[in-house]
Amino acid sequence: MQKCIKNGPLAQLLNAKKAYPVRPEPWKGPPTVSYRKMFRNQYDTDVTTWSPAGRLFQVEYAMEAVKQGSAAIGLRSKTHIVLGCVNKANSELSSHQKKIFKVDDHIGVAIAGLTADGRVLSRYMRNECINYSFTYESPLPVGRLVVQLADKAQVCTQRSWKRPYGVGLLVAGLDESGAHLYYNCPSGNYFEYQAFAIGSRSQAAKTYLERKFENFTDASRDDLVKDALMAIRETLQGETLKSSVCTIAVVGVGEPFHILDQGTVQQMIDAFEIVGEQEGPAAEPDAAAGQEASAEPEQGAAAGEGVAPMDI
Amino acid sequence: MNFMASKQPENSLLGPEADSQRTLYPYVTGTSVVALKYKDGILMAADMGGSYGSTLRYKSVERMKSIGKHSLLGASGEISDFQEILRYLDELILYDNMWDDGNSLGPKEVHNYLTRVMYNRRNKFNPLWNSLVLGGVKNGQKYLGTVSMIGVNFEDNHVATGFGNHLARPILRQEWHENLSYEDGVRLLEKCMRVLLYRDRSAINKLQIAKITEEGTTISRPYSLKTYWEFSAFANPAQGAVGTW
Repeated sequence: MQKCIKNGPLAQLLNAKKAYPVRPEPWKGPPTVSYRKMFRNQYDTDVTTWSPAGRLFQVEYAMEAVKQGSAAIGLRSKTHIVLGCVNKANSELSSHQKKIFKVDDHIGVAIAGLTADGRVLSRYMRNECINYSFTYESPLPVGRLVVQLADKAQVCTQRSWKRPYGVGLLVAGLDESGAHLYYNCPSGNYFEYQAFAIGSRSQAAKTYLERKFENFTDASRDDLVKDALMAIRETLQGETLKSSVCTIAVVGVGEPFHILDQGTVQQMIDAFEIVGEQEGPAAEPDAAAGQEASAEPEQGAAAGEGVAPMDI
Repeated sequence: MNFMASKQPENSLLGPEADSQRTLYPYVTGTSVVALKYKDGILMAADMGGSYGSTLRYKSVERMKSIGKHSLLGASGEISDFQEILRYLDELILYDNMWDDGNSLGPKEVHNYLTRVMYNRRNKFNPLWNSLVLGGVKNGQKYLGTVSMIGVNFEDNHVATGFGNHLARPILRQEWHENLSYEDGVRLLEKCMRVLLYRDRSAINKLQIAKITEEGTTISRPYSLKTYWEFSAFANPAQGAVGTW
């Protein structure tokens, strides 16, 4: 048998170098390229690990998710609170995501970040409000709801089998002690604000609000809505402000929480002549777009092409 | 051979052994509580008797207590159940204060909480055998309500429990009006309590009147009402109806 195979056509196969090592090669040590390079640091694998600098990276990454979501703003006077958010639909065919939720007649919330997490938290808030109303026939004070929400978020920063909620909430509510606007973080912290903005390009809105906030306490309801629209316009960064890209909601004394309908919002936009100030919308590819890009230094490169700003 | 005796689950309240676990009848009871709204807040009156059936056994029972900053609770019926309710409310107010946020439960909230408690107990066939009167003032708003052992609850300008419903409320319907002064309110309450003293066999002549206003609660020292037993009709009560008692 050996004799006939030796020089025949099968010999090639027999004599060919084996695909597998016949004898295992000597162990040269572990692979030299460490997969650790994939992560920025070695303390961010789970939320229950502290870094040497005393940080919980998972929580910080969750707050990053909030910064990446589309903008939401809130501002308040003595008697009213207005919430606004930018609503970008994925495509012309789809409807936009709901980012403002009514929690009770006297409380509403605007979210930025993982909208699914926001939806779940809104359901929790609605449940708390309705249970309190049923037991005490009285509206749940906003301050208490916000603390409960914060405590719920804190739990997720101290369990190894959970992850922090990836959503920031602007809670607007009215109670016996007046009008309140709170911001709830994934970290479990909460703060009260006269006005605030969260999400992408919120810094532009914050700058606008910082200039104007001293007037808010005594502002009328309509002025407050106008300021909200102006703040939203800042985050749009050159794009035309129209009612199809934003949502506004109001709650105030004698006015239960409700989302303003598109028609009303568009009317208010037209009335303030905001559209007039933004001639040559970004959709038109001409020199005007280039000028706007330089006027809005933040992320100027995106608008420089003369097309709509990059979707987040 | 092992027989598994079939019996009702332990937590069922229906069945012979379960009867020792729920309230079937009251033992030590308080009689009427009467209350009305007046100019500055609420006035409430209750005597200090705790009856053991037909015996007037305890004569220093405080049947009105202040709850939190804004409310006053008066109870008739089983005294031990009233004490249980006070423990529930104590815990409620404690947790309310622990929020430490400037909000506080007002009389309306406490009244509704009690309604929920009473009604839920009634649904489990294990009632708290009380009729409660809850009054208070918060942010200038006066509130006066009542809850019964079966969860019937409502608010009104004047309320009463037990015999007070039959003897005191008709008087109040005639003579109560908005913005009574403190003296007029007390006079009206004393009139009601006097009638109850004459006609309710469980009433004793030792009562307290409590007042709650925006400033706070005061419960008076126990005192007694002047009575007159020399009415001619009292001399020979059976005169008009021989054989009556």
